[in-house]
Amino acid sequence: MKFAVIVFPGSNCDLDMYHAIKDELGEEVEYVWHDETDLSGFDGVLLPGGFSYGDYLRCGAISRFSNVMSEVVKAAEAGKPVLGVCNGFQVLTEAGLLPGALLRNKNLKFMCRTVGLKVENNETQFTSAYQKGEVIQIPIAHGEGNYYCDEETLTRLKENNQIVFTYASENPNGSIEDIAGIINEKGNVLGMMPHPERAANDIMGGSDGLALFKSIVKQWRESHVNHA
Amino acid sequence: MKKVKVYVTLRESVLDPQGSAVMGALHSMNYKEVSDVRIGKFLELQIEESDRDLDTTVKEMCEKLLTNTVIEDYRYEVEEVAGK
Repeated sequence: MKFAVIVFPGSNCDLDMYHAIKDELGEEVEYVWHDETDLSGFDGVLLPGGFSYGDYLRCGAISRFSNVMSEVVKAAEAGKPVLGVCNGFQVLTEAGLLPGALLRNKNLKFMCRTVGLKVENNETQFTSAYQKGEVIQIPIAHGEGNYYCDEETLTRLKENNQIVFTYASENPNGSIEDIAGIINEKGNVLGMMPHPERAANDIMGGSDGLALFKSIVKQWRESHVNHA
Repeated sequence: MKKVKVYVTLRESVLDPQGSAVMGALHSMNYKEVSDVRIGKFLELQIEESDRDLDTTVKEMCEKLLTNTVIEDYRYEVEEVAGK
């Protein structure tokens, strides 16, 4: 399986994302600069964390209009897995690929620590290697991770089982319903504030994030073997 | 040439933690009569004359890029720029 790691000016978790795929999973991965206009050769798209365009105006607001984003939209429409982590999640909401928005943390502080995440939905192509209700330890590092959406959207998220991760014990940012990660209705676009790529090997302090990437690859292999 | 002043605020339904912190500070300074503080953004755009309708263009820019309508409201004022 071949992944694209999208690199915006100001991305800073792209290396960790690349490492998780290449060194931990042994899958193919390439960096793709935000100016590129073709993602057709890739099976999955990863939008890393960081501060794309310096978070100017709003997090993700400017990146959302870079050339590569129309390709990311195409990939999502084609059903390819698209994962946005932290700033990547913010970009996905700005681009309208995921509902809602990320606001400033309620306590106005940049939160950087490892938190417990509850797997609310393990029937997605991103979480099938986890148990439902399992609590995993994943680092967070954000100042604007306070997920917000209106009541109507929240009802829809719940009805469709689109809330994939919630903060297990303490909510670090004040997000609505303790939401840490959501998926689109179709089930192929996941956005989350915590960083699974920073928990990909015990030497990094934990490896609970690796199963997320393994889930993606497993699903891809299964669907491509069946179709072959 | 026109000067367009765009005011962006968080929607009423959205909590504004910055505003709350500032209100807390004002209260501790004994300005107890302050009952709410909302912090927003102010953008000033210089726009050349063109064959495009100004209002349409400004609204488009606001809704596409300058604001996120999920969480923000905006309003704008247009001023003539004299002497240029």
